[in-house]
Amino acid sequence: MKISDRIVRRVFKPIVFLASLGPFGWLVWAALTGNLSANPLSDLTNETGVWTLRFLCITLAITPLRKLTGWNAAIRFRRMAGLFAFFYGTLHFLTYVIADRFAGLDFPDGMLAWSTARNLVASVGEDVYKRPFITVGFTAWMTLVPLALTSTAGMIRRLGGRRWNLLHRLVYLTAMLGVLHYWWLVKADVQRPLTYGVVVAILLGARILWARRRATATAPAAARNAPAH
Amino acid sequence: MLIKPASDIRSSEITDKKLYLNRREFIRATTGTAVAAATGLLGAEAVLHAAPAPHGRKLENVQKSPLSTDEKANSWDQITTYNNYYEFGIDKDSPSMTSGRLKTQPWSVVVDGECNKKATWNLEDILKGQTLEDRIYRHRCVEAWSMVIPWVGFPLADFIKKCEPTSKAKFIEFTTLNDPKQMPGVNSRVLRWPYVEGLRLDEAMHPLTILTVGLYGEVVPNQNGAPLRLAVPWKYGFKHIKSIVKIKFTERQPLNTWQESAPQEYGFYSNVNPQVDHPRWTQATERRIGEFLRRKTLMFNGYGDQVASLYSGMDLKKNY
Repeated sequence: MKISDRIVRRVFKPIVFLASLGPFGWLVWAALTGNLSANPLSDLTNETGVWTLRFLCITLAITPLRKLTGWNAAIRFRRMAGLFAFFYGTLHFLTYVIADRFAGLDFPDGMLAWSTARNLVASVGEDVYKRPFITVGFTAWMTLVPLALTSTAGMIRRLGGRRWNLLHRLVYLTAMLGVLHYWWLVKADVQRPLTYGVVVAILLGARILWARRRATATAPAAARNAPAH
Repeated sequence: MLIKPASDIRSSEITDKKLYLNRREFIRATTGTAVAAATGLLGAEAVLHAAPAPHGRKLENVQKSPLSTDEKANSWDQITTYNNYYEFGIDKDSPSMTSGRLKTQPWSVVVDGECNKKATWNLEDILKGQTLEDRIYRHRCVEAWSMVIPWVGFPLADFIKKCEPTSKAKFIEFTTLNDPKQMPGVNSRVLRWPYVEGLRLDEAMHPLTILTVGLYGEVVPNQNGAPLRLAVPWKYGFKHIKSIVKIKFTERQPLNTWQESAPQEYGFYSNVNPQVDHPRWTQATERRIGEFLRRKTLMFNGYGDQVASLYSGMDLKKNY
């Protein structure tokens, strides 16, 4: 498939960008018009979490898609997908901080006080420390931060392609932690976390398979090139 | 702990005034009420002959109860669109969308086990001569959300007495209907069906424990456990078993479904207890549906004065 750079940049990218904002737009609209459930805060937390996982899966699917179809332009959407995973992950984290932690605080000096900020940080810290599924979710979000920060062309240049690639393999961990976080959250209905688990396993498994194949393909060459003693 | 009994709550205070007046007008216009009035239907028999109401069928002659809370009740919409009833799907709105095929008439309940009156009871016989009461209860889900729900029901103790449990009866076990034709959720293996719950006999006999047939003065809708569900307001919501088809008196402690599913997370007692966290989340606070700031969860959901004595000397951390 051959699509010109111009069309990708001017047409496809804006369309994909707007589509990726769709879930966010829908949530804002539904929240403002009362179209969420009787527990809208819980909906916002759940939906932003699920969209984070979906964008992680999309990000991880781009390389396999490229290899299977030979559609190399797909790579040009990877950064956007990854940044949207970070975007929804950050919204997810913020709804948790506000709806779960902030809303559960005492306000001895009123809501707008230094003690509120202190107590909020302590409350998040305690929860992250105490509850494994929160620990895992928080860690998953943390792993996305350096990836988002180094997502610019300038940072890729500064780090060098090899080191940048190595660093960005962190996203494999993010996806696994994300699935685990979801798994530990549900009561008995593991069907959905299981589905994401299978998708992530396939996407990561494909990479392992390719890496092995590469290794066996290059091994004889490497042996030939080894210096003789 | 201070628990104020509600002194005098009229249903007009529970329901939005406009809705209430509309409903009155509506009922007056229907022949059902005229028939009911003419034949002098009293009490619980009205469940079966109730006139149409804004959402379902209106219950007549419902008495007030001093055991009701005076807290502001959640709305009909909140109560009927946001709840767990896994037989109809795992999402909070699934029951409201998929429970339409549940057939609640005729309905019978098998009474079995350690009692003299083993029989299959028709719902109408269970309700015969039974006075119905408004019971506005706090309802606390194990998932840390809560509501205030104006149930209509009658003490479970009244029915237990009719069954004449023997001296061997120490526990009572309830079973929910398990019919894939009426309940799409039981095709999934998320839990083992049928759903089973249990109480110690003294808990079951407690005046706060009721069999529920109504909500907001109307017949309880399918998604909330029609036609007969349990309400034990000092326990987590999953103890409030819905659409009951079997009641069994037992000598041994029953194994309730959630305990069977995850014994380290859900116990037999499942009393609301802010000091005993769920292994994965806190039970110290809760979100009252419709509110932003979380409330402090009260011991025994605020019913400690009435029920704490049931557990004196027991380690509630172990018996969660």
